[in-house]
Amino acid sequence: MTILAVLIPVALFMGLCGLAAFFWAMKRGQFEDLDGAANRILLDDEEDL
Amino acid sequence: MNAPAPVLDSPAGVCIDSRFTVPGIKCAGCIGKIERGLGELPGIAAARVNFSAKRVAVSHAPEFDDARIIEELRKLGFEAERAAENPLARDDAETRRLLRAMAVAGFGMMNIMLLSVSVWAGADAITRDMFHWISALIAVPVVAYSGRPFFASAAMALRYRRTNMDVPISIGVLLATGLSIYETATGGKHAYFDGAVMLLFFLLAGRVLDAVMRDRARSGIGALLGRMGKGATVVEEGGKTRWVASESLAPGMVMLVAAGESLAADGEVIEGRTTIDASMLTGESKPQAVAIGDEVHAGTINLGSPVTVRVTAAADDTVLADIARLMDEAGQSRSRYVRIADRAARLYAPAVHSLALLSFAGWMLAGAGVHHSLLIAVAVLIITCPCALGLAVPAAQVVAAGALMKRGLLIKDGSALERLAEADRALFDKTGTLTLGEPRPRDLDALDGESRALALALAQASQHPLSKGLARALQQEGVEPARVLDIAEQPGEGLRGLFNGSEVALLRSQAVGDGLAVDLVRGDRRQHIVFSDPLRPDVHAALDALAGLGVESAIVSGDRAATVEAVADELGLSGRGDMKPADKLDLLEELAGRGYRVLMVGDGLNDGPALAGAHVSIAPGGASDVSQQAADAVFVGERLMPVALAVRVARRTMAIVRENFLFAAIYNVLAVPLAIFGFVTPLIAAIAMSASSLVVVGNSLRLARAAK
Repeated sequence: MTILAVLIPVALFMGLCGLAAFFWAMKRGQFEDLDGAANRILLDDEEDL
Repeated sequence: MNAPAPVLDSPAGVCIDSRFTVPGIKCAGCIGKIERGLGELPGIAAARVNFSAKRVAVSHAPEFDDARIIEELRKLGFEAERAAENPLARDDAETRRLLRAMAVAGFGMMNIMLLSVSVWAGADAITRDMFHWISALIAVPVVAYSGRPFFASAAMALRYRRTNMDVPISIGVLLATGLSIYETATGGKHAYFDGAVMLLFFLLAGRVLDAVMRDRARSGIGALLGRMGKGATVVEEGGKTRWVASESLAPGMVMLVAAGESLAADGEVIEGRTTIDASMLTGESKPQAVAIGDEVHAGTINLGSPVTVRVTAAADDTVLADIARLMDEAGQSRSRYVRIADRAARLYAPAVHSLALLSFAGWMLAGAGVHHSLLIAVAVLIITCPCALGLAVPAAQVVAAGALMKRGLLIKDGSALERLAEADRALFDKTGTLTLGEPRPRDLDALDGESRALALALAQASQHPLSKGLARALQQEGVEPARVLDIAEQPGEGLRGLFNGSEVALLRSQAVGDGLAVDLVRGDRRQHIVFSDPLRPDVHAALDALAGLGVESAIVSGDRAATVEAVADELGLSGRGDMKPADKLDLLEELAGRGYRVLMVGDGLNDGPALAGAHVSIAPGGASDVSQQAADAVFVGERLMPVALAVRVARRTMAIVRENFLFAAIYNVLAVPLAIFGFVTPLIAAIAMSASSLVVVGNSLRLARAAK
């Protein structure tokens, strides 16, 4: 059972990482346009590079 | 992603950001078309399409104003709408706070559930205690953080000795957490940390959905007075002129009003003759001729030549300020409307509290001891907590609003959908609502192909209403503009340009009599184009659809009674003309007094008070800013059908909401006896809670196809 002493903190830490990632993504506006990215991939960007 | 790097063309080097709602964005091609089309224009630094929100954010030079961007979007083939002032400011902060709370609750819920599953699976003794302690360590900060929106609202309600949905939620969550801590400390068997946190998570999901369509601030009044001229050039006795701000103008002063200027006060023309655009006051798009002795109002725009006006009423006494006051008062009544979720809560909260209290008392009488009885009471609170109820309304409304947006109707909030569903009478303004509100050529058949191409090339170059109407009609016919060079506009006269070396012109018609007209001149050939304000193409179908829903329609207009009657006869409705803003409001009050729930559809500033005062209101996309802000919903495009569709979808939404309530009630009827008799364990509570929420959300998703 001692393995639990490692696994539970690991699980919590990973959960917190996920939470931090979500907060970061929200702050950077990643959820502003959910369907746009899927469509933009179809655009030809001649003018870029 | 790879948006073009902003290049500033503005001489001042500053850019302002504006947002536009463009419901017509449907595919990747549209994104490219808009971003490139706008990006190429001088004066626009960058355009960025938000596909999900059907919105375009434009960073542009200050002199490139919103109306021009809307016009450019129209040339690209998209109907656009100015988005609310700054949609990202206050509302968004609220939504973000709720989203963060929900994320934290979700994190806590998953981790606690992980531990709970092992407890349910049979962990006991020291392992169970340890898991309970870890759950407590996660749950307490999570409840403290994620529960704040509920605790704050419950505390507010209790302070005013009232109760709302948040009171049973807060009591349930706090009691469950507190009791679970006690259980953990004493090595007890059942801890409800998972239940409490899960409850918060589901309820926050409902709150987030609701916040997504939260009320936009009704800042209509400020915008209204912003239309009034900022000031005027006043002639003093010695003939000297000086600039006077509009609030310092006083009756008796004499002001010079140049062409294109908007009037800063009400007055009487004492010199000169001109035409004025009074559409923002009367809703009448036709320029109005005024001469010496005629009355003119603040907010109207002088289209023709300079005139001298003696001020009769200024600042707060103008007709415009009167409308602002009426709107302010009319809007008050609507804020008293009670949302369906709150009506449900009024019945629900006392019922839940007495049930929990009764089960506590019952078990005490049966001799179960305080600890056991309290556990049962908490189980009742947790199981009855309105998880499904919290989701029932917002889930349905968000799905319905999304479906309507795809059909060109923007709903501002959830309460608008609730009120829309109750509408049983509809009042329509005429100009701009039943009609397009812009002049269109009555007949293009007289023009041959080349004339059409020339007319389009000339008309495109001007902002005059007649040119805009002509250009739009020709664009719809698929006409390509000819290459006309050196186009020059002469205010009050028309447009001239060079085509293949010879002069072509689009001039104000010299023929008198039959209303608005222009002449297309090529050499010595003169072609007459007559304009009228046509009815929206599907007005009959839309009115029939409304009648089919049991909504009786009528026309109320500020236009002349004879004109209104002609349109009313054509549509088979009753109509009233010569209605002032206050008359419309009186009529609304009279109808409301007779028990009707009136849907007001109007566009002009003169409809503003009626839009604010009606049970529910819709404004077309071409309406003045004020009307759009006062209305509950805005529809874009030339078709009137979205109005009928809105009523139908709103009713369907309320039917779904009622079904959701029914599901929640059935769930309670099944689960509450279990809880009262002490059979509910944390495991059963968790399953019951998620199952009921899923049923409600699944049922709401059926609305996605309701607008088809």
